[in-house]
Amino acid sequence: MIRGTSILDAARELNVRAAIDIPKDAYQKVEQLSRQETNRLSSYVLGKILENYDAATKDRVAMCADTGLPRYYVKIGNDAVIEGGMVQLEKALRQATADTTVSIPLRPNRVHPFTRKDNNNNVGMHAPTVDYSFEPDVDWVDITVTHKGGLFGGDYRMLFPADGIPGLKRFFLDSLAEFLRRGMACQPATIGVGVGGTKDMCVRLAKEAACLRIVGDRNPDPEIAKLEEELAEIGTSAGFGPMGFQGNSAVLDVHIEVAYAHTGGMPVGIQQFCYAQRRKTVRIFPDNSIEYREDPRWFTPYYRRETIE
Amino acid sequence: MESKDQKMLREFNLTLPVSASDIAPLKVGDAVFLNGLVFTGREGLYDMIFEKKKEPPIDIRTLGGATINASPTVRETEPGVYHVPSITGTASFRFAKYMSEFLKRYKIRFLIGKGGMSSEVYKTCFQPNGAVYLTTIGYGMGAVYGRGILGVKDVAWKEELGLAQAMWVLEVENFGPFIVECDTQGASLFEQVNDEINDKFLRLYEDLPKFAMKRMGEIGSAKEEIM
Repeated sequence: MIRGTSILDAARELNVRAAIDIPKDAYQKVEQLSRQETNRLSSYVLGKILENYDAATKDRVAMCADTGLPRYYVKIGNDAVIEGGMVQLEKALRQATADTTVSIPLRPNRVHPFTRKDNNNNVGMHAPTVDYSFEPDVDWVDITVTHKGGLFGGDYRMLFPADGIPGLKRFFLDSLAEFLRRGMACQPATIGVGVGGTKDMCVRLAKEAACLRIVGDRNPDPEIAKLEEELAEIGTSAGFGPMGFQGNSAVLDVHIEVAYAHTGGMPVGIQQFCYAQRRKTVRIFPDNSIEYREDPRWFTPYYRRETIE
Repeated sequence: MESKDQKMLREFNLTLPVSASDIAPLKVGDAVFLNGLVFTGREGLYDMIFEKKKEPPIDIRTLGGATINASPTVRETEPGVYHVPSITGTASFRFAKYMSEFLKRYKIRFLIGKGGMSSEVYKTCFQPNGAVYLTTIGYGMGAVYGRGILGVKDVAWKEELGLAQAMWVLEVENFGPFIVECDTQGASLFEQVNDEINDKFLRLYEDLPKFAMKRMGEIGSAKEEIM
């Protein structure tokens, strides 16, 4: 049985690692962009971004002081048994958020939207967000945490089959125009594109595509994979570097996820995950042993299934 | 292609407070490091001063004339003693409407933040007050900027505004780098850069059809249809 204390301990450590240590895939991609970038301002900034990754890890401080909104993605094995059930798991995640807000520290970003009241612990109504998915034939629980800012970089639009891929490309360019100028999206960023489903589903998939797939990962559908590469090339050749300076270094990767849509619609969500990619995953086994890793492996064949089973 | 040594920016290391002649040599695209006191201010501070009409309990005019649109991460090591491991700027355009009065009343020389404001704001508010805008770089540089913070000198309105919105007075050394986005001439580096990028960027739209359904903002006024 997976104990509540195991979840609490693991979730605390998960927040520490996410806030401080940049995942290798993102680090290596920024390094590559830095080597290739020829614009003086963009090159200067990319060099400092790498310096900041190193400083955060060395000094054990948050790589970005906007520690975003801590958010959990929990994948539960169908055979997993959690002491105290799901209520205990949710309580542990809320407790870990409050504890690490003080201990790391994270910035207490969560406030009431009207009164702006701050509990100073990143916990409140519907905060932190916890999303769930399930996995057959396994008995572990995976918990991924992301710390992502949320003011700039995302957009939603209802497109139609008549708009098609050209329409998707136009909307993609619009989102670059909106959020790469002055570097509002804190690029270089991983751009997630969610297509289909409902309004809320495509936005959610876009965020998961941006935050829960590592740089270099391709969608298993070859047509979608091709479109990912095409959009990445468009984003790279758009002429932007970090902070909206000239360059070819605004994009870490583009990830596309799809959901079955209304027969008349093609809703599209776009989300950008900044270069301070705060994400870490832990797997908790029934014997309460734990394994940390950097690839969330959120998009499993089961999660993307098309069939009834 | 530029060689590696051309990729360095001109760097200035300045001690606060600065005079008009100290900042006159700064040009857009230069890098600046600061020493002295810098205070934070964002929604909460501007709201207290300009909407609720309250004067901060700390006299801003005595602090050295440098403010940053930001909030730090803060640890209270013992009651009333704070450690600030990291800080990053927040987007400044949201505070443009306060700049005219804010810069003048508190004799601000350096407004630091994320992404700058419009050249119109620089011409009407910054230039007349002898203020320049320094942008934080990359924007997720908490650890590097954190190394420039020696300590917390004071904090105002912590209870009223919370940790993220309180006005923190930070003692800094080699705090930077920041890039000069608006110099004493009132020009905007970001606007210049946009002009350079636009031709190439807009060409990507060629051959892409218009959307089937428009949105507000894409039609002339709210009395038109979006079809």
